Amino acid sequence: MTTDKDSRPPRLARVARWTDDRLAASRFVRSALDKIFPDHWSFMLGEIAMYSFVVLLLTGTYLTFFFVPSLRDVVYQGPYAPLRGVHMTEAYKSTIDISFSVRAGLVMRQIHHWAAIVFIGAILVHVCRVFFTGAFRRPRELNWIVGVAMLVLAIVNGFAGYSLPDDLLSGTGLRVAYSIILSVPVVGTWSAFLIFGGAYPASSIISRLFVVHILIVPALIVGLLTAHLAIMWHQKHTQFGGRGRTEDNVVGSPLWPSYAAKSVGLFSITAAVLAALGGLAQVNPIWIYGPYTPAQVSSASQPDWYMGWLDGALRVWPNVEIRLFHHTVGNTFFPGVLLPGITFTLLALWPFLEARFTGDHEPHHLLDRPRDRPFRTAMGVAALTFYVVLFAAAGTDVLAVYLHISENAIIWTFRALALGLPPITAWVAHRLCRELAASKAGKRQPPNIIVRTPDGGYDARPSAPLRTDSGIEPEPTPLSERG
Amino acid sequence: MTEPQPGRRPEQLIALGFIVAIVAALALAGVYLSGGQAQAEGVLLALALGGLGFGITAWGKYLMPQGPYIQAREELTSTPEERRAFGAAFERGEAAFGRRALLRRLLAGAAGALGLALVFPIRSLGPNPGRSLVATSWRRGSRMVDLDGKLLRADTLEVGGVATVFPEGHTDAADSQVLLIRASDAPIVTRPGRETWSPRGNLAYSKICTHAGCPVGLYQQQTQQLLCPCHQSLFDVLRGAKPVFGPAPRSLPQLPIAVDDSGYLVAQGDFTEPVGPSFWNRR
Repeated sequence: MTTDKDSRPPRLARVARWTDDRLAASRFVRSALDKIFPDHWSFMLGEIAMYSFVVLLLTGTYLTFFFVPSLRDVVYQGPYAPLRGVHMTEAYKSTIDISFSVRAGLVMRQIHHWAAIVFIGAILVHVCRVFFTGAFRRPRELNWIVGVAMLVLAIVNGFAGYSLPDDLLSGTGLRVAYSIILSVPVVGTWSAFLIFGGAYPASSIISRLFVVHILIVPALIVGLLTAHLAIMWHQKHTQFGGRGRTEDNVVGSPLWPSYAAKSVGLFSITAAVLAALGGLAQVNPIWIYGPYTPAQVSSASQPDWYMGWLDGALRVWPNVEIRLFHHTVGNTFFPGVLLPGITFTLLALWPFLEARFTGDHEPHHLLDRPRDRPFRTAMGVAALTFYVVLFAAAGTDVLAVYLHISENAIIWTFRALALGLPPITAWVAHRLCRELAASKAGKRQPPNIIVRTPDGGYDARPSAPLRTDSGIEPEPTPLSERG
Repeated sequence: MTEPQPGRRPEQLIALGFIVAIVAALALAGVYLSGGQAQAEGVLLALALGGLGFGITAWGKYLMPQGPYIQAREELTSTPEERRAFGAAFERGEAAFGRRALLRRLLAGAAGALGLALVFPIRSLGPNPGRSLVATSWRRGSRMVDLDGKLLRADTLEVGGVATVFPEGHTDAADSQVLLIRASDAPIVTRPGRETWSPRGNLAYSKICTHAGCPVGLYQQQTQQLLCPCHQSLFDVLRGAKPVFGPAPRSLPQLPIAVDDSGYLVAQGDFTEPVGPSFWNRR
């Protein structure tokens, strides 16, 4: 028995050989397993976004088995007593059922919502990492644009998703979205009617949003994500400077097994955090908001966080609109269409704009430290300041209530901050970059140990050098030489 | 009594992570089978995934080859020969297409015509806006009803009271929602020409904000102002709901109302201007 087993190759090897006889994949797979990935904590941000997306797909698929995208009127008779006997749409009722009647439904729904919140947050932080380290420079401009497209799609899908339950809060959000579409010059009225299927509230919007949310946008994101990863794979990852790291090499750990293990581990930990949030932190409790009716709205209506900057922009934009030749360009066009249009266009074009400013058209694989590029860092800080101010402006009503200040004073404060604060933070960032670059700060020194001497004085002695310091980082070697 | 071998401790920790994952996963199945409980499910799933993630990550970090390893980065641009070869290959087709200009133009025409024809089905997605944005369901003599369908009289509301009202038989017409405010006991002239619009101090305004279409629901009697809770536009009730603060660019349209022979509040006609937010072909 043992001899028989020993004489034949192990089962895995036989499967591998059978496959290779048909696909001749050995060379490609081997080079893939040997591929080197640079290690840095900030390179995990994009992975967190990707793994949140995987969680979104898994939990979202589960939810589609129970959600009914219909505006048909039904009367609730389920276990949640406060809503018993209330008229509502099937979309709202099925979401209530997922929350209270489907076993494991509530935790799935909340993990899904949290995953969306984290997904867009992780993309944003990932974009900041890529921006401030200059990872978008040649040859990675295309992947930057693919990434910006995914950010836009993620925001659109987040909005579509939380609009599906047809609760009072999201219905108000849809009403605002409809008004913004109406305001677009020339095509606005027709677009709103074609998208919503008629004047608001039209009966087809939830079923259409459902198709957008579960099929069209996810398919686009999957396609773009595949392209994003394939381009990254082909171009190889950027890396920070350090011992043995040059423009012509990649230093890090091999895909198989070290990087694969760490990445699978990161997926599990991301999913674990989302599961903990989904179980313990209530999110979007639509049973409190109640079903949507066009004539009602609750006070303190705020959208999900990633829509906050647009809501804030709607609030601080002055009450002007353009009327010419018997036509109107509505007020909401400027903060609701023009602002995001300009935002994402400038974001997508940044690599080309920067190359033009700096005249630097060379390929780069080594990353910048933000301090070494004061202009770019200052621009990024100014932009972030602007959008954070707009985001905070989405809470003007809440701030007015809590701080006992008049709404007028708060709106004017935010108008001033939106225009005045970005130049100030940009100047501060620029200054800090210059001073940090000139000083030795940030080059990590081993900590000093303060020792009291026998005669009562104090003496500072440097401790043993840190293992991670570049000074004692081992010299990188080719993979094959280490066996 | 020797010190533990280097490498024993990570192994123990990794094993602990996997054991936590096994226990939590089994407990998760148990919670589901015994009826389910959202918080417990979330925590146990987090523990199962967290134990797994911790174990695999630590395995990768402490017990697998770390390097650092080095790999050459190949030039990303193609060589001049490759580019020339590509150019030659492409020219093969370019020549074949380029030579027959008539066929090429007809091909472009066919593709364009097909593309154009395929645009038309988009039209089926929605109706022609027509006059739907400029007219509501209010007619001359439409009686006012509240959300429950009850008719209103001029004294149904106390002074300072408000109600959301619709034209009778159209309580589902979202564009016809009106906020009825009993601002006073005597008629109020909010604008010249609106002398007869407010029987016994009842004012009727479109409830749809002229900014982004939210229902303008908050009435402050002391200041006689209406507040939109979405973006905080403020309207002056006594001056024709003129916007006094916030992003709303226009007044809320006022509905001319009267009292009919039976004492019920009725509309004198439809709004004299479109309700709700602006749109392109709004004059």
